[in-house]
Amino acid sequence: MEMESGTLRLKSNGFPLDAIDMGILEALQTDARQTYMSIGKQLGIAHSTVYDRIKRMEQYGIIKKYTAIIDAEKVGKGKIMAVMTVFTDPKESERVAEKLCDAPQVLEVYSSLSEELQIIAKVVAESQESLHDFIADSVAPLHGVLRIRTSIVTKKFKEIPLSILNDPEG
Amino acid sequence: MTNEQTRISRTVPREKAFYFFTSIGNYTGVSAASLKEFLERINVVDVKSLEFHLCRGDFEKWASEVLQDEELVQEIKRLQRFNLSGDALRNQLSLAVSRLSKRPRNQFGPIRY
Repeated sequence: MEMESGTLRLKSNGFPLDAIDMGILEALQTDARQTYMSIGKQLGIAHSTVYDRIKRMEQYGIIKKYTAIIDAEKVGKGKIMAVMTVFTDPKESERVAEKLCDAPQVLEVYSSLSEELQIIAKVVAESQESLHDFIADSVAPLHGVLRIRTSIVTKKFKEIPLSILNDPEG
Repeated sequence: MTNEQTRISRTVPREKAFYFFTSIGNYTGVSAASLKEFLERINVVDVKSLEFHLCRGDFEKWASEVLQDEELVQEIKRLQRFNLSGDALRNQLSLAVSRLSKRPRNQFGPIRY
């Protein structure tokens, strides 16, 4: 993204975002169920403008979808959460990552290159036993898996959805 | 190839192989797809892995469900009763699997410790 006289231009598709669009996105990330009227009030613009901007951002894929953040513990799912690091043969890493993406136990999958190529995945399971069974039966046998390190999460200190508006540099 | 050789070198599919872990979710990268490989691997894998799997009953489960080798299952069960750890466990497990894999199935008798 680059800034041009108060307008953010997305390099990927050339769609310009101005301060109003950014304000709308920020409001939606706080609460996507609030009304156009409410967002308009916060930003000092007409609700019809909010509607038009949101529809345009939806069409251009800036807003990909609206979803709900569910507390897995309260619905009785995912009692165990773990971060699994899978060290892979570089030739097979894409395929390993794709296979992990197919597993319902796996919530997030990333690749990372440090000294070795790693696939990092967030995994949920009903118990330590089922976590181990999943890794032993479905991950270790994948072609290209060299070894696996798994850390079971014991306490969550922070979790927020990624926001394009959160600038770590302030 | 003799019956004993067939028995020890019979290879199972990748998804049925034994994968050595040192703790929940921590895979060492060492696996065995036959009794021959199993014997080789138990001599080199981190001994923590042997302790982890023996304690959980994973060896006997694999011997029973995958190798379908009831004699091996009984030997592993016997080993469990001794509460062995470290190199003592490695040595005894290796001895048991080694002796078992050299004998024809129907001539096998219990190993004395």
